[in-house]
This record gives sequence, structure tokens and C-alpha cells, in this order.
Amino acid sequence: MSTSSPTQGFLAIELDGAGREGADIARAVLAAESAGFHAATFTDAPVPGRANALQRAAFAGPVTRTIALVPEVDTVYTEPFHVSTQLASLDYVSGGRAGWITTAAESPEAAAAVGRSSATGAALGQEAAASIEVSRRLWDSWEDDAVIRDVATGRYIDVDKLHYVDFETPAGFAGPGYSVKGPSIIPRPLQGQLPVLGPASLLGEVSVDAVDGVLVSAPAVELLAAEIRDVRARVGASVAVIAELDVVLDARGQAAAGRLAGIDAGRAVYAGSAAGLTDFLTDILKEADGVRLHPASLFVDLEELARLVLPELRRIGVLRPVVQDGTFRDLLGLPRPVSRYATATAAHAAAAPAGAGK
Amino acid sequence: MTQHSRAKSDAFVPSGQIQFGVFFQGVNSGTIWKAPESGSQTGFESFRRIAQTAERGLFAAFFLGEGLRLREHLGRPHALDVVGRPDAQTMLAALASVTTNIGLVATQNTTYNDPADLAHRLASLDLISGGRAAWNIVTTDNAWTGANFRRGGYLDHADRYKHAEAFVETAKRIWDSWETPAGPARRVLHEGQHYTVDVTPRLPRSAQYRPVLFQAGDSPEGRNFAARQADVIFSAHPKFDDAVEFRKDLVERSLAAGRGANAVQIMPASEFILAPTAAEAAEKKEWVRSLQIGPQQAIAYLEQFWGRELSAYDPEGPLPEIDPVVEETSETRGSGFHGAKARQLADQWRAEAKDKGLSIRQFVTSKTARIDATFTGSYTAVADQLAEYARVGAVDGFNISPWLIPTGLDDIVNHLVPELQERGVYPTEYRGSTLREHLGLETPVRTADTTAEAVTA
Ligand SMILES: Cc1cc2nc3c(=O)[nH]c(=O)nc-3n(C[C@H](O)[C@H](O)[C@H](O)COP(=O)(O)O)c2cc1C
Repeated sequence: MSTSSPTQGFLAIELDGAGREGADIARAVLAAESAGFHAATFTDAPVPGRANALQRAAFAGPVTRTIALVPEVDTVYTEPFHVSTQLASLDYVSGGRAGWITTAAESPEAAAAVGRSSATGAALGQEAAASIEVSRRLWDSWEDDAVIRDVATGRYIDVDKLHYVDFETPAGFAGPGYSVKGPSIIPRPLQGQLPVLGPASLLGEVSVDAVDGVLVSAPAVELLAAEIRDVRARVGASVAVIAELDVVLDARGQAAAGRLAGIDAGRAVYAGSAAGLTDFLTDILKEADGVRLHPASLFVDLEELARLVLPELRRIGVLRPVVQDGTFRDLLGLPRPVSRYATATAAHAAAAPAGAGK
Repeated sequence: MTQHSRAKSDAFVPSGQIQFGVFFQGVNSGTIWKAPESGSQTGFESFRRIAQTAERGLFAAFFLGEGLRLREHLGRPHALDVVGRPDAQTMLAALASVTTNIGLVATQNTTYNDPADLAHRLASLDLISGGRAAWNIVTTDNAWTGANFRRGGYLDHADRYKHAEAFVETAKRIWDSWETPAGPARRVLHEGQHYTVDVTPRLPRSAQYRPVLFQAGDSPEGRNFAARQADVIFSAHPKFDDAVEFRKDLVERSLAAGRGANAVQIMPASEFILAPTAAEAAEKKEWVRSLQIGPQQAIAYLEQFWGRELSAYDPEGPLPEIDPVVEETSETRGSGFHGAKARQLADQWRAEAKDKGLSIRQFVTSKTARIDATFTGSYTAVADQLAEYARVGAVDGFNISPWLIPTGLDDIVNHLVPELQERGVYPTEYRGSTLREHLGLETPVRTADTTAEAVTA
């Protein structure tokens, strides 16, 4: 009964321009949700004025219903145990709409802030891979039905369904090695596993199996389609390929070209009319599963996107329908996985004498 | 204005007021999960319901605790009590969007965080919430908790507050790094024994300048640390005489630290069991206790000290005659129990239980610390009792742990708060929009920073 066809894609919008105060965050995310965006992302680069991305996403959780909330969280200079717990908590406060854009901070400033020497090259990818692995194991460390609240035996949890993760960084790890014991301090996230997205630049040290989506950038719009095809060839069909695009639209009587100054994030930039963007997105969504838009000015461009671009894309059937109360996994077409530790327990129970299991 | 003169004075002056905070405990043995009205302990709706009820009752603050490793029992996760809770700051950021006034207090550990990262996240919460954030500073330092972190158990217990003090000073410098609300920021450098920080802060000051600082920790070092650094102590001394004694001690320490006698407020942990009449409240207390300490909890409690399985013992019978197998209790029970001499304690307890004719269950019920923290009675009697605390300034408020989630604050807000308001000892509206304003705390003075250099943002 699914109404989506393979050529339908989703749209994410980067909300960094919303500001850091609660009212501004709420206004932006509600505008994005009502415009029909499928996901909102929150960047976390160390620049002045930016509040923590995960907290901005958490603030947006209770005021929204359908939009997925996807913060960037660094893996190099943030404790993996905290990262895992915070993301699981985001899933709880958003009703299962949380995701994670894994980043690996390369800046010497990020290293100095926590008193470490900065990681570069392969070390970045290794830190990211280790952090993703820790998080995924911790998310699985409580089986889904670990909380039993069994009044007769007085047990709140079934301890057989909690697992130590006993993670160790692999041999040859570039940074200082470490271990994490587990289990998590929060039950399994509502989605079981949060969808993990990462930039294509991390692929390699971070294996394709570790991510659910890849963010693809090209330095110019003409190069984007080829780049997407290239990444698609590496990751296959089961990993979402998401194109990165800066957007400047003709708005309020001003041509986009007049607002171009100052845009240089190294990403492809679309500057022009709403109709032209609609055509471009229609084409690019034939190659990519989704596109993340970085509006040059959040409120100016979001208004044009909401008024002219998304309605037209919906009308021509390019966009996936927005699902009320759906999870981020639902949006990406990912099934809810069972915990990696669940089978072991089931086997253990089966091997136990009759009557001992349940 | 009155607040200002109080804080400056050398002699302690009671405010004559009581404030409430709510401590959503999550992991603990006091939250009843067995009653039909017990809701989810981790679902967002439970947190929203408690926070919004507290705000309706003009509570100053909503608190979350923190535990960075699951409690264990005889080498496995503890199965009987509520287990699992969300990350404090993530939950508070979400609650900020469904509340408008209540303060949001995150318990965060100084040992397993990086100062620049934690300071930035707390500043974020403070800005996102419009100046309502606070940090409850804790110093748990054991290697057992450290097993979840890159640096592991790297800190000696004796160093926990030295480390915490450098950590908090660094955080304050990061928050104070803006000359004016709009900047520019000053670069903050710290080179110390345990960590080095070199950071240009990213966030301007909030409506309350910087997060309010709470401290929870009861040792003499902990109290001195609070006297030097904190705005409020989350204490474990709610009983009247004990509270008065604690106030006296803290006033002395605050003066010794060069701060005014009123510089640090006190909010003890507490629990309320209320009903229209004293008799009904007493009956309710029996019911609450029976659900908090059931037969399995009673045995498990002893097992923590005995270090061995005691399931063969009858919870309604006498304490076990066999001896504990461990000399010292471990941190798995919680830091409050860490290091107690098990054998000595067992002898003492057996004698005490025999003396009073108590069964295991009755004995454990009488032993659990929360008993001391409980106000039981009719709404009017408890209101009178609290008015007396306010009159002498024994405390500045109470941090209430509801024993039922999510309805556990309803009778406090609906019945006790109006009684207190009638007596003139409880706020009738929020004093402002920030937590600092609710608590009547002074605007912090910027930390003079000679080592930092101005950076043009
Ligand atoms: C009322 C109260 C509440 C506390 N809550 C927590 C908590 O949520 N998480 C935690 O790690 N420690 C908590 N602690 C303990 C602190 O970790 C404290 O730093 C520890 O007891 C060591 O300090 P001390 O030796 O000064 O007591 C609490 C302590 C008190 C008195």
C-alpha cells in the first residue's frame, strides 16, 4: 500500500541560521516542518554564536511532530559514552525522530579546547569509526524488552537482557586507545538504532556497514550528479545517498545573484529562481535519495522554498509523503533492527531447562 | 534590593521563604514502579508532566541526577529498582521548549567531562532556555565508573575536589569571557595537572550571565568547595535540627571563604507524604514504604553489605547470622555506601534489629536514608512545619523527590503550596524569568582574567 515510488526522495534543511535562543529555534523548525521538509539538521562547527547542535535538536523535539532532527556530533573530542547517551536521549525526546551526522573535527582549535593534540588524516576516520561502534553497541546493550516491571518477582528489569559492551579500540588505532564497559545508562533508543549519517570523506576508515546515509558534496552543481553516482557505486542501494546543496533564491524582489556574496562553504551552490531549483531538485532526486539544502539566509530562502518549491515538487510527485508520527528510520525506509545481543539471549533461554526460560 | 543586603552581610539573615525544586530521580529505590498509577520512568511524557506540574506550583527548579554506570548487585546490573535514565542536558533542553519559567538543573560530573566541552554545553542550555540553566556539580571519581570513559579511573579520591575546583574555575572563566553581552570573547587558557585548555569561547552570556551552580557532596572538602564556588547546596540534611546545624556549619565556611553569610543557599533532598488528615497520611506512608521496600528489596539491600546471596533468608525473619564475605562495601551500591566496614556494620545491625524486634524487611525500611528526608502529615501540619524552617532560615528550600511518577507532585502543588502561600512563606509568582532571579541570587561579578587575551570575534 506504500504510495512512495523508488524515484521519490526526501529533503532536509540545515537550520544553523536559526540562532541560539529557544524561540528562534522553535520558529525555524516549525516553519521547516510546515513547509514539508522531512528532516532538519543542526551543524556544530566551533564558530562564534553557535549553541550545541544536539541541544538545539532536543529543544525542537517536543514542539514538532513529523520532521526528523539530525544534529552533527563530533567523534574525535567528545567522550563516546556521552555521545551515545545524548543521542539515545534525543531519540526519546523526539519520539523516535533522531539521527546523527557523524563528524570528525580536524581543527587544532577543537583539540586545544580539550587539551589534546589534534588528529589528522586516517586518525580522524578511526576515531569516528570507533565512536560509531561504541554508540551502536551501547544502543543495543539493552534489549527492547529489558524493562519487565514484574511485580511478582520484584524485578524492574530482566538482567539477562542487559549486556556489557566491552569495547576496545582496535590494534593499530592511531589515537590513544581506550575501552568502554557498558551497558548504557538509558534503555534502547525508540528506533533501536538511530540512523547514522556521515560525510563521504570519512568512508574508508568508516566502513559502509557502519552508516545508514552518506552526505555527498561536490564543489559545483554541474559535478554533483557524477559525484552521487560515484558514491552510490561504493555504498550500494541500502545506504542513503544525500546531496549537499547551498541555495540562494530570487526573493523579495532581489535577484539571487545579488545575495551570493559571502557564500563559500566549498559546496555546490544553486542560485536563481524557484522554478529553476524545482527542476534541478527533480533531476538530482533521480540519483540521490535525498538532498540537504543549506539556505543562504534561513528565513528569506525558507520562505521561498515553502511557498514555491516544495509544493511544486509534491505536486509532481517527486517527494516522499511526510508520515505523521513516523520515525527517521521510517523515512529512510530502514526496518527497526533487533539488538545484536538478542539472539545470544534467545539461544541461552532455549538451552536452559524447561520452565527456566519464559 | 533586600537580597543584595542579605547576601553581603556578615550575619546570617533568614529570608523567611521556602522554595521548591523537584528531583526527578530515575535510578533509585524510592520511586515506586509497582503501583498501577506508576508511569514510564524514561518516556518524555513523564518528564513533561512533572516539569509542567512543578511550574504550575511555581517551583524554582527541575533537577536531574546523573549516574554514569549502571548500579550492580553481586556483579550484575541491579534488577529491582528503577534502572536507566536519559542524559540530563539533552532532556532539559527538550523540557525548555515546553516550560517557560522553571529552572533546569543538570547534575554533571567533573571527573568524566572536559571543562571546555561541559562549559559550552551548559552555556548552550542556558541560552536555549533563556537563562534557566544550572549545574549540580558532582565529583564521583571511582575507576568502576571510569571504565566507561577514555581516561578511566585516573583521579585519586583525595584529588576529586582539587580537580573539581580547577574545572569550575575554568568553566567560570569561559562563561565570563565576554566583556559585554555581545563580545568580544577572551581566549581562556588553563594549564594544570590534569588537563590543559586553550579555547576561545563561542557563546555570549545568557540572561542570567552564567548557569547557577549547585553542589552535591557532603564531606568537609565538599562543603568548603561549595562555600567557595557554589550558589546553592543540594544537601542531605532535611531534618530540622540537622538542617540548623548544617546551616551554621555552612555560614562559617562561607565567611571563612570570604563570601557573605547568605552567599550559599541550602536545598536538602526531601520526600513528602501528604493527605487531608494525619491518620490518612500515616496510612499512606505504610503503603508507600511497602512498595519501596518489598521483600526482594530488603534482601538485596542486605546482600550489598554482606557481599553474598541471602535469598534463603526470610524477609520477615531476623537478620542473617552468617558474616559478610567482603570487608568493605563497594561503590556499586552508590558512593554514599562506599567504604563502609561490612563486618562491623553487620554486628551492629544484628544487635539493633534484635533490640527493636525488627524483621529484615522492617529493619531495612527503617534504615533507608530517605526516611529521614520525609515530611509526613496533613497539608496544614506540614505547612506549619515548613513555615518554622522558613522563620529560622534552616533551609532556603527543599528539593523534592516524588515517589510516584508522573503524578507525584499533584498533591503538593494542589494542596501544600496554597497552604504555604497563605502563611506568606512561599512565592505567589515567579520573580523574574531566570533561575537566578527566582532564587534571589545576586548577579555574578565577572571573574577578572589576567591570563586571557582579548580576541576580536
Ligand atoms: C543530595 C545529594 C545528591 C547527589 N546526587 C548525585 C548524583 O545524581 N550523581 C552523582 O554522581 N553523585 C551525586 N551525589 C554525590 C556526589 O557525587 C559527591 O560528589 C560525592 O558524594 C563525593 O563527594 P563527598 O565526598 O563530598 O560527598 C549526590 C550527593 C548528595 C549529597
